[in-house]
Order: sequence, then structure tokens, then C-alpha cells
Amino acid sequence: MPDATELELTAQELREAHGAESIIDATFHRNRATLIANPAHVHDVLERLQAKGYKFLASLHGCDYYPEEPRLGILYELLDMDRVDRVSVKARVHTEDARISSVIDLFPGADYPEREVYDMFGVVFEGHPDLRRILMPEDYEGFPQRRDFPLGGEPVLFTHNEERSYGKWQ
Amino acid sequence: MSLTEDYRKREESITLSGEPIGETHELLTLNIGPHHPATHGVLRLITTLEGEVVRDIKPIVGYVHTGIEKTCEDKSYWKAIPVVERMDYLSYYFNATAFCGAVETLLGVEVPARAQYLRVIHLELNRIMSHLVWLGTSALDLGAISMFWYCFRERETILDLFEMSSGQRMHTRYIQVGGVIEDIPRGFEAKLRKFIAEMPDRADQYADLLEKNQIVLQRLHGTCQLDEETLLKLGVTGPLLRAAGNPWDLRKAQPYSSYDHFQFKIPVGTVGDNYDRYRVRHAELYESVKIIEQALDGLPEGPFITPDRKVALPPRHELATSMEALIHHFKLVTEGFRVPPGEAYYPIEGPRGELGCFVRADGSAKPARVHMRDPSFVNLQALGPMVRDSYIADLIATLAMLDPVLGGIDR
Repeated sequence: MPDATELELTAQELREAHGAESIIDATFHRNRATLIANPAHVHDVLERLQAKGYKFLASLHGCDYYPEEPRLGILYELLDMDRVDRVSVKARVHTEDARISSVIDLFPGADYPEREVYDMFGVVFEGHPDLRRILMPEDYEGFPQRRDFPLGGEPVLFTHNEERSYGKWQ
Repeated sequence: MSLTEDYRKREESITLSGEPIGETHELLTLNIGPHHPATHGVLRLITTLEGEVVRDIKPIVGYVHTGIEKTCEDKSYWKAIPVVERMDYLSYYFNATAFCGAVETLLGVEVPARAQYLRVIHLELNRIMSHLVWLGTSALDLGAISMFWYCFRERETILDLFEMSSGQRMHTRYIQVGGVIEDIPRGFEAKLRKFIAEMPDRADQYADLLEKNQIVLQRLHGTCQLDEETLLKLGVTGPLLRAAGNPWDLRKAQPYSSYDHFQFKIPVGTVGDNYDRYRVRHAELYESVKIIEQALDGLPEGPFITPDRKVALPPRHELATSMEALIHHFKLVTEGFRVPPGEAYYPIEGPRGELGCFVRADGSAKPARVHMRDPSFVNLQALGPMVRDSYIADLIATLAMLDPVLGGIDR
């Protein structure tokens, strides 16, 4: 883990390279270093971090910060295997305009994780060649991991309510 | 012309270089699965074949998606443990450790030394168990049916040990936030020592059965290689990466749960073909046995769970005498403990690679988000690059050597 000072230095370096607004904040909590990036610059930030040695994208996942705004967070857990060092990059987007550029050109392994985040949170990764649902059925509506999505969603089908279920009216 | 000669001649006409297909060639789309014994679960593969050569492959997953991550958000932290365990159903101790580790990081709870050693013993037993299931089913795919019974015989002993220490054979809920649920019972150590004494011999027997078998060797040697660089780009970790020669193992690189106390080696391969994948996992059986032996010898005295009553249940006998213990018990069982706001990502080395658990706490007694970075899910991306332009028979062997667990992929 980088310490708090090194994280600040990294944040400063990124701000100088990509503009002061590219890194919104850098937090260090319980040995976890997080860079909060502007979603418009996330591709540039990751590209620079990759050049700095964080060559391995360990994990990419989404998180819903409801009721905080912007609600949706996309987290990139980067790993430097030579120095055994981890840093996490977070970008927050609004639900109305949930778009972020894909990092599949930098990390080909981001393919499935990005599809999963799209599937569960409805974040559109611009530049992803094959952005489809991956875990939920293709014709599913809604994004189940959002916090306002109900937990017990679909009614159980019995003979008595079969006629009223979707797909049965034909 | 003999039958073999004729076959070899026709085989030579197939180009494996991936050249553009001319007008005379016809492509066939073949659907494999979702219900097929060789897919190791409910995995569907849409393959595009030219003759017997795989030109393209699309894995379709999601058939056993049960929304475990969503379910966790409605459970208090300690009630989420059994749910999380059911993700990758062959590595339940690992799932629980990753989740508990993330929660412990957020709480700032120290795990006692004895609990860490007990965790290591069970994690390594689980690793052997997972590799045995992999070896048995993979050998089954390659036509070596008897291997399945030998591997499951040893697996049965491990499950008996799990039953002894926790009361259950699978999804044991043994690992708790702050330690483990119970100390190992009397007789466990003797039975475990008997097992670790005989396990290396048994592993030798597996090698004798498989590695002198010409059919198995031909199907594994040199098939579906993938170099280290491509694997790293695709995010592949675990035995698959180590088979390509990269000795990345979190137990050594970023030791957790006192793995730095033990002497063990990281088996690595050389070229990264199916044979190396098999050898690396097989060699890990011996290393896990070594770790268990050292952990058992050096098992420290002391508590098996944190004495912090705000997190761990008080001992049962205290409830009759101490009002305070009763209050803690009531509070933990009804509401559970609250975790201060924050985010944690806790990676451990699972049997299939880096198993990372991300937990976001919002200050309440329920996690606001749980995400499991499952190695099977990420590793499955490497299947396409591995099998492109090789025979469909090699696809089955590669899928077996990839060792995907669909419960972990779909969660």
C-alpha cells in the first residue's frame, strides 16, 4: 500500500498532467489508498497509473452510494506486482447520465467486469465493443444492484396467477 | 493406405494458423451446454468451428446467478457469512475469509494468533479439497474415469474433518468475524495428522496413474499455450498464471493470516500449456500438506476468537452469570454489530487465483455493498485466447484445466 504522503504525490502528479479537475480527492483510510477521479478523465488517469507500474487491474466493480450524489461509483483496484502495491481509483457518475469511458484498451481483462457493472448498475462504458448483460437475462429490465431496486422482485408463478404473469397473455 | 496414415494426411490439410477462410470453407456454429458434463457446471459455449478447429468461442454465463451480492445487503454482517460462502461452492473457507477479512479491516479488529493458524489449516485443507475435485473431474473429461473415485476418496476424508471441526461438510460457517467459531475438537489433530501423513503418497499415486498414461500426456502436452503477458493483461491469477512461469502468489507476496510463518514453495510452470496447469495444481497438493503440518506443529495457545464482545459472541457459560454478557449476546443476535463507514478490499489467494472481497460499510449493521472479485469469472476471459485455432478436443481439456466454478462466476 502506498502511504498517505506517496498517495498525495501521485495525486499531485496526475493533477499536473491532466488538469487540476482530474483528481477530485485522495483518501487514505485503514491502509487503503483511493484516488477519486473525475469520470471524464478516468481513462487518462488509469493510463498514467499503468505507465507508473500499476499494470494489473485486479478488480473492477460498481457501488451505489444512494442517497448521496453522484450515486454510482465505479472502482478500479490497481496492483503493482513488482512493488506489491495497491491503489484504488474511484469515479462517481449520476444515474441520469451514467456514462464513463471503457478501459478495455488498457486492460483487456476489464471486458467481463465492465459488462457486469453495466448489467447491475446501468453504467454505459463508452468504447466497449460488446456491452451486453452478462449475468441477468438479455431481456431483463432494470438494474438489480441499485439500492432503490426492490430485494424481493419477481412473483412466484403458480397455476392461479399463471394467466396474469408476463409472457402468458398470448 | 492405413487408417492412421489417412487420418494424419487429412489432419495436415487443416491449417492452425488462423488464416482468413476461403469460399470453399464452411463454418459451423456448435452450441455446447449449458447442461453438459464437460462444462463443469452450467456454462454455455457457443463455438464456431471450421472442421474440428475452433475459430471463435463465446462463453455465456449467468444461469446460476442468484443475486448473492444483493442478498448480502439485506443481512447483518455475521448473517452474510453463510450467504457469501455459497458463491464459489468449492472454496467456502476462502469466501468466508475474504469477507471476514474485509469486515475486520473496517472494524480494526485483531485476529488472535490461534485463530489465524486454525484458519490456515482449514484454508489449506479446502485448497486440497478443491484441487481434488478439479483433478477428479478433469481426469474424467480426459477419459480417466478411475481417477475420479481416488480423488473423491481423499476428499471424503477432508469433508469428515470439516464435519468434525464445524458440524458441516460443506458451507461450514467456521470462519467468523474476529476468528473462528470453535476450537478444534479432541481427536481432530490425530485424524488430521493421519491424513497429512498419507496425502503425499496418494498424490504420488495420482501422478503415477496420469503421468505414465500416453493418452493423457498427448492431450495435455503443448496444447493451448498462453503466454504470461497475455494472461496478466486479461487479469488471470492463480495456478493458470503460475503455470506460465510467473510466481505470483498472495500468500508470499502479501502475506495475510500469518502465512509468512510457514515454509513452502510456489510451484511454477515453464511454457503455460495444459500440462503445466496440471503440474502446478498437482504440486500445490504437496505444498498445502506442508503448510498444514507446520501450522499444526506450531499451533499457538490462546483464544480462538477475538475477546472483543462488541463483535464476537460471549462464551455460552457466561450468559448464566453475567448480565453484561447477556446484553452483548442479545445485541449481537438481534441487530448484529455496527461497522464504521468506509470501504475495504481484501484479497486472498484462493485455489483459482486472487479472491478479493470489497465491502462498503455505511455505519449500519448491514453492509451497503459486497462485491466478490471471483477468480473464475475473470479467468474465464482467457478461454477464448487459449483455444482459438486449436482442436475442439483440446477445448474440453483446456476448460478442465481452467477449472472454472460456475457458482463463483455467476454468484
